[in-house]
Amino acid sequence: MNAGEPATHPPRPTAATGETALEMRGIVKRFGPVTAVDGVDFDCRVGEVHALVGENGAGKSTLMKILGGAYHADEGEVTLFGRRVAFSHPLDAQRAGISVIHQEFNLLPHRSVAQNIYLGREPHRFGLLDERALQSQVSALLHDLRIEHLVDPNAMVADLSVAEQQMVEIAKAMSFDARVMVMDEPTAALSTREVDVLFGLIRELKTRGVTVVYISHRFREIFSIADRVTVLKDGARVATREREGLESAELVRLMVGRDLADYYPDRARDDELGDVIVQVEGGANAALSGIDLEVRAGEVLGIAGLQGAGRTELARALFGADPFTAGEVRIHGQPVALRSPRDAVRRRMGFITEDRKSEGLSLRQPIFDNVVLAYRSLRPLLGRLGREGKNGHPSVSDLTASVDVRAAGLHQEVQFLSGGNQQKVVLAKWLATAKDLLIFDEPTRGIDVNGKAAIHRLIREAARDGMAVIMISSELLEVIGMSDRIVVMREGHIAGVLPGGSTEAEIMALATHGEAPPAPAGQGTAARGAQA
Amino acid sequence: MSDARAAPRVPAWRVALAVVGKTAPVFLVLLILIAWITYLNPRFIEPTFFLNFLRRSAPLMILAAGQLFVVVSGGFDLSQGSLVTLTVLAGALLAFGDPANTWWVILVLYGIGLLVGVFNGAVTSYLRVPSFITTLGMLLTLKGLALLITGGAPRGALPPNFRAFGRAFIEDVPLLGRLPWAVIVLVVLSALFIYLFHTTVLGKQALAIGDNQRAAALAGIHVARVRITAFVMSSLSAVTAGIMLGGFSGVSINVGDGLELEAISAVVLGGAALLGGRGNMPAALAGALTLQALFTLLNFLGLPSPIRVTVQGAIIIGAVGYAAWRAVRAGQERGA
Amino acid sequence: MSAITAPTGRRARRWRVPIIWWLLLATFLIAWLLVSLYGRGNFVAASTLLNIVERATALGIVAVGQTFAILVGSLDLSVAYLISVTAVMASFIMQGDPSRVPLALVVVTAIGLTVGLINGLLVTKARINPLIATLGMGLILRGLLNASFQNFAGSVPESFQVLAYGSIGPIPVPLLLFAAVVAVGALVLARTRFGAHVYAVGGDRATARLSGIRSDRIVIGAHVVASLAAVITGLYLASRLRSGAPWIGPDGVYDLESIAAVVVGGTVLAGGRGGVLGTIAGVLIFAILDVMFNQLGIGSYTKQVLRGLIIIAAVAVYAYRSREVVG
Repeated sequence: MNAGEPATHPPRPTAATGETALEMRGIVKRFGPVTAVDGVDFDCRVGEVHALVGENGAGKSTLMKILGGAYHADEGEVTLFGRRVAFSHPLDAQRAGISVIHQEFNLLPHRSVAQNIYLGREPHRFGLLDERALQSQVSALLHDLRIEHLVDPNAMVADLSVAEQQMVEIAKAMSFDARVMVMDEPTAALSTREVDVLFGLIRELKTRGVTVVYISHRFREIFSIADRVTVLKDGARVATREREGLESAELVRLMVGRDLADYYPDRARDDELGDVIVQVEGGANAALSGIDLEVRAGEVLGIAGLQGAGRTELARALFGADPFTAGEVRIHGQPVALRSPRDAVRRRMGFITEDRKSEGLSLRQPIFDNVVLAYRSLRPLLGRLGREGKNGHPSVSDLTASVDVRAAGLHQEVQFLSGGNQQKVVLAKWLATAKDLLIFDEPTRGIDVNGKAAIHRLIREAARDGMAVIMISSELLEVIGMSDRIVVMREGHIAGVLPGGSTEAEIMALATHGEAPPAPAGQGTAARGAQA
Repeated sequence: MSDARAAPRVPAWRVALAVVGKTAPVFLVLLILIAWITYLNPRFIEPTFFLNFLRRSAPLMILAAGQLFVVVSGGFDLSQGSLVTLTVLAGALLAFGDPANTWWVILVLYGIGLLVGVFNGAVTSYLRVPSFITTLGMLLTLKGLALLITGGAPRGALPPNFRAFGRAFIEDVPLLGRLPWAVIVLVVLSALFIYLFHTTVLGKQALAIGDNQRAAALAGIHVARVRITAFVMSSLSAVTAGIMLGGFSGVSINVGDGLELEAISAVVLGGAALLGGRGNMPAALAGALTLQALFTLLNFLGLPSPIRVTVQGAIIIGAVGYAAWRAVRAGQERGA
Repeated sequence: MSAITAPTGRRARRWRVPIIWWLLLATFLIAWLLVSLYGRGNFVAASTLLNIVERATALGIVAVGQTFAILVGSLDLSVAYLISVTAVMASFIMQGDPSRVPLALVVVTAIGLTVGLINGLLVTKARINPLIATLGMGLILRGLLNASFQNFAGSVPESFQVLAYGSIGPIPVPLLLFAAVVAVGALVLARTRFGAHVYAVGGDRATARLSGIRSDRIVIGAHVVASLAAVITGLYLASRLRSGAPWIGPDGVYDLESIAAVVVGGTVLAGGRGGVLGTIAGVLIFAILDVMFNQLGIGSYTKQVLRGLIIIAAVAVYAYRSREVVG
């Protein structure tokens, strides 16, 4: 597409609303022994919003990466408006009319909106940028999408809010005259009002015949904006349903395959709960305010909330990584100062972070060294190695066995393990030193279904062994299934504490300004029924 | 706990073999070079000559050992060379040829080394200045200091007992003939460095910091303390190398020029990764020996001495390029 | 809470750029004060200001090139020796003969292009850390240079010395040269596709790639620019010293000081942000300090000690603020 053409002039053949825009047939993608996508059929109609749901590891992002040209399918074909297409580079897909908007935006923070939208396609003459042409193109584009009052084309992207940055991504996609737009968890960081604005824009796109593939976990939004819903599980397509008449309980069942009660380990009984181990009173820092909570031995305290609500900030504050600047933290009743992770480790706390590769593991070191990483931090710098396994020092082989790490040997470098095994190594590391509190942040992210079940078991076991456990998760089903109590965060403070087994609606209500959606008929009771 | 599925306990010898296997290249290269030199000059492997070769290699090996700590923790110490120069010049100035001064002067020199190491480590850790800038700045500062205190030309002299470390021999040793003190010091220090790197927590924590500083910090490691210690090791080894060089080279204002880059080349030859996370001490020492052997070979082949520097540049680039290529290959084998 | 705003034209610039100019002003005033109290000569005399310009020209031209390299996420530690090579080769070829000037220019330009190309290829295709690649390249150049030349070589003819000593009207040629290089550098970064892509590749290489930008080419291009800037500096220095010697580059600490000037000027070492004008402010600060030391009668050895510490301090101030994880 030439850089000079305005977006309102689609050069490609389109179909009328309601007809098939995109068809993916028999898509298979393997990574070594793992089959991520196993013969999936997926089709979209012109002008529809098609929600794609499924747990982590179900194959959604792999499927979309194939659609977007980042991956090559091993088998199967993709047809766009009746023509077979095969992309070797995301740019090809974009030029053909398929744009993917990822969760982490592909924007240059220190360049302007206009520069970002036309990156690589800057209007120019003999190598010199044509500033006037750029400005007119951008204005035309924004005007066409009716968002010129929302986004300043000369603003630096870093100065924009997340919602505004998303608008820029959408505008960029539309500048390629996208016919199919994939949005991956678009509302993760948006406020309710911003979500409404986004939905307004999506509806506008629909009237232009743009197809939106909407990947999300948020049932409320799916039921609000989607026309059809496709459920993926373990790399296969389970079902495609019209939104009309679909109930959330059925959706859950399709996604998970069994009732919630069977899926997670049992929650703690009252007599299994011990004394309060960790107490926070009035905790606050730059990102948090008014944090009051307590966790008992044997308890799994779930932390729910939207992205940006402050959950990870809370974990980091407790662990001393971004400490509280006000309030008091007490462990076993004694006030403690947790000003660095070192303090937390000394206090027998452990933190399984969100991103194990960048924060939890030394990838090029052997499993052995990773497992003793925290333990060694407590030892003097010139202390002798080799003590592990004797005289009460933790035994690495016992630890790795207890979490069931599958590897060729303890000398194997951690970078060669699967995601699930890597996570287990991280857990083993903390089991070596932590006795009082374990914090899990997104413990099963990027792990296949079986791996998840194993991690859930280990979490419950840790609690049973007398630890207080805090578990942060974006997957509501996981929070509901695992937690004995649920703390819901919103905008840096605690919006409320719910008992275990609460419904998704109750949690979401607290997480989003208390504006509960009108429940579709049967949703509330059916969901509760699944809890039994 | 869950039913035990024991991860197999790995015998120590297998671990050692794996480690050596990963760094075999340098030992092989060393053997080839020694063979080549011997071919050109068959007397090379006679005890007297070979010990002399070791004596001349000692300063570089000690420098490489200290540098390894910094490199595996993800940094560079580019100030080693000028610290050597400062050691030699300040030593001569303070001792002024009087043997009675030797011991307290040595103490003062190590004190200076300690300060430099702490400065390098602290600025890099607390002020977040990249180590190459900190140590390159120190390179200028220390060289300037050395010139300042001597007025630009060497003053004073190193006492004979000071120079003994580089120059003296033990006569009539059975089998070996003349055994240089330098070689004894080298063997003792090598053992010490190997012990410190491989048998204490320090080496492992330096590796952890270099591999993933954030994970190390979150695991409770005191990153600043480990990094400062690494730089102190590097600086103290520079002072030691300076004492030895002052012994056999005498006092000159250029004595330390470029040594830090030789040390880095040696460490890279030994398989250490330049952004941290990988390295082992015996290989680094072998790397230094290999580099020295290479220079000896170039001398025999008649190449002018400035070309040494060019060769070094090519080696550094080549060794790092090779490591980068291997890393890419490993990533490809691992799959997506 | 959504922050929907009406467009207000250019938003307020981030604080970083203005601060450097305040710092420059402060440095100038402090230098003036100290020299007036303790030094010899008048700090604001024409001769002093000319000295500042001369020092700034040499450092500034190479720093403009270094800006490109750092913007793209790389850096160039070989500039000092490339400057030496250029000065020596130019002087050696010219042999004081004006008719040989064009030949000399062609040869040094070719050398500069080659070095820049090799640096770029090492960093992109061989995936070698830029620090190591350019450090190694510097060593290679140094060895080759020192093996061939130990002292001043050849001489620069009067006609070429105009570069350092001439003036067009009241304006000294060095200043014009400096201004020209700065102008070209700034224009290329702000107004050309190449410049836009430099910022893109430095800001987020993956995003740049996804937009179809050939990031390897851009990086190589940036390195070529850095090397060519070093060549111009070498020619200027040869002209000023009327000959070239192997120690010109390292003596002037052009590698470290150019990096420090760039960082102080607001271009972050990670790339993607900053620009030439900020670098110039950084260069002027170092030039003022240098001349101030001279006028305060501070010996060259002391100057060296201070230089090292100042460079560290300068980078520390800016690095600390950006809070990058550093090793």
